[in-house]
Amino acid sequence: MATTDRKEQTGGAGAWRKRYEATPEREGELFSTISGVENEPLYSPENVDLDYERDLGWPGAYPFTRGVYPSMYRGRLWTMRQFAGFGTAEETNTRFRYLLEHGQTGLSTAFDMPTLMGYDSDHARSLGEVGREGVAIDSLADMETLFDGIPLGEVSTSMTINGPAAMLLAFYACVGEEQGVPLEQLRGTVQTDILKEYIAQKEWIFPPQPSMRLVVDMIEWCSERLPLMHPVSISGYHIREAGSNAAQELAFTLADGFAYVEACLERGLDVDAFAPRLSFFFNAHLDFFEEIAKYRAARRIWAQQMREKYGARDPRSWLMRFHTQTAGVSLTAQQPEVNLIRTAIEALAAVLGGTQSLHTNSFDEALALPTEHAVRLALRTQQVIAHETGVVNTIDPLGGSYYLEQLTNELERQACDYFERIEELGGVIPAIEQNFMQREIAEASFRYQSEVERGERVVVGVNRYEMEEEQPLEILRIDPALERKQIERVQAVRERRDAAAAETALTRLKEDAAHDDRNLMEPIMAASRAYVTMGEMCDALREVWGTWRETPVF
Amino acid sequence: MAGKIRVVVAKPGLDGHDRGAKIIARALRDAGMEVIYTGLHQTPEQIVETAIQEDADAVGISILSGAHMTLVPRILELLRENGVEDVVVVVGGTIPEDDADELRKLGVAGVFGPGAPTTEIVDFLKGAVAA
Repeated sequence: MATTDRKEQTGGAGAWRKRYEATPEREGELFSTISGVENEPLYSPENVDLDYERDLGWPGAYPFTRGVYPSMYRGRLWTMRQFAGFGTAEETNTRFRYLLEHGQTGLSTAFDMPTLMGYDSDHARSLGEVGREGVAIDSLADMETLFDGIPLGEVSTSMTINGPAAMLLAFYACVGEEQGVPLEQLRGTVQTDILKEYIAQKEWIFPPQPSMRLVVDMIEWCSERLPLMHPVSISGYHIREAGSNAAQELAFTLADGFAYVEACLERGLDVDAFAPRLSFFFNAHLDFFEEIAKYRAARRIWAQQMREKYGARDPRSWLMRFHTQTAGVSLTAQQPEVNLIRTAIEALAAVLGGTQSLHTNSFDEALALPTEHAVRLALRTQQVIAHETGVVNTIDPLGGSYYLEQLTNELERQACDYFERIEELGGVIPAIEQNFMQREIAEASFRYQSEVERGERVVVGVNRYEMEEEQPLEILRIDPALERKQIERVQAVRERRDAAAAETALTRLKEDAAHDDRNLMEPIMAASRAYVTMGEMCDALREVWGTWRETPVF
Repeated sequence: MAGKIRVVVAKPGLDGHDRGAKIIARALRDAGMEVIYTGLHQTPEQIVETAIQEDADAVGISILSGAHMTLVPRILELLRENGVEDVVVVVGGTIPEDDADELRKLGVAGVFGPGAPTTEIVDFLKGAVAA
């Protein structure tokens, strides 16, 4: 039977709409994504503009909408990479070994707040914070302990560090040297994404310009010396956690990515020499289709801009590889076991969106750092998706869904609007200085909170299906004695080292920092080998570059 | 009471998680209070100084770094030392229940965990400041 005949029989879209409108919709709830994108009741060829070859293409080929590899998970599953770190290097080393024994395939390091802010553990600002939200690393000595018994030639390690990223990468490279592993064999990712710190996570040290210089120094040095290291992981995760919506996460992350590309080009680097090593990091929130659309739109935009705007010729420069973490912000302290279900759904979205690696949050993380039991369940969630659901058998299995394709187009459109607005403000750094992204995020965050408080958005256990809380959960407690122990460690390192060598290395770092045309990675490597601490190096650079302070908006 | 309630919303410690602090600041302002937001990475000394300078009726401390048992008691102590212990102190963040009990004993008027509606915090502050 011809299509037209069938349409005559069923009446087509017009008839469906009449029948649809005859039934009342549920009252009092929103029919929009969690980010506020209005949803039509139905998507069909009539409301999707799609040219298959242009917009989707084939996995592993431009514009990579359907995935960055030709075989995707049929060739190799994503890396299951649980973020871990607390207390001192010894405690975290034990957790690392535990995770490797339970089938984890990559390491991911969480540093404590003083480390993130560039303070040693014995700094006055570190009081009460040492080892609380991650591991405390003050010098090469701590890094040696952290990776004790873990052969760096065989693992890939991710380090969530930004302000002092150059120092932590240098410590890691020095441990590699000590283990006899050639630098060119070290694999992993350093986050290094300072722009999103000003926008969202707010763990900064220096002002934007010298910070950008340090990022470019790292990119340049890695492309020459550590070719298997991803020197930057351009992160939307924290932007989303700070309260942004999906389109803002997408737009601000990509805008940051382009800003790094432009900074490297200004340095005179060849785009194809560094672009293949740039990687990304996104959030997996609860709005299932919106998240999948976000990843697909991200790949397509990146490929188009890298090829068309920045003139990259190597296809590896076009493809966006990314890590994903489920949304911490979606976890509830109420009925915390329900978080297992949220995380599973979010993880499934990340996999259907074609992520290269994944961290699943533990269900107790709205209460404290996760226990071993909770971490194991989080890892098992990924294993169930990988081995039991069958979603890995087909590449981009949702590709071609009318709804998903329309949403992918819509997120791309919203992101492009943001690119224009940022451009009008003079680029990413001027926009940060004018609080543009910060204000947009605060608006989105407040809007969402208001929807929840009005009951238009349901959060199970929080504003519906509440109940008296059962037994309090067993939570991980950080022993307050660890802080004292870590302070003693860093002080002992300073006592023990060759004082003259440390002094010489620090002086050289300061001098090189004052000259914009000198790459700081070698002086930082030299200071690391001399057991100069991370805080001392940051202090030296603070002296030369100054610090950053934002004017907050709410 | 006469005049608007004056609240300092403060972020002590090194963590940069300011989503909650900003939402609360805005909700308090929308509820008619005078809100002073300190911004991030404040020391206890800076927070108490702001509270005194701004003649605050209340200080709302938002902390998610795990350092609450060090920083909050220090803020209470400094308020006492400066003779402004009548300032109502409330704390929000990921505070385990045992710690929350301890903080209340030390003089914190209210502790609000994840998921607490802003209306609850507004009502609490109105009650506590009037009392």
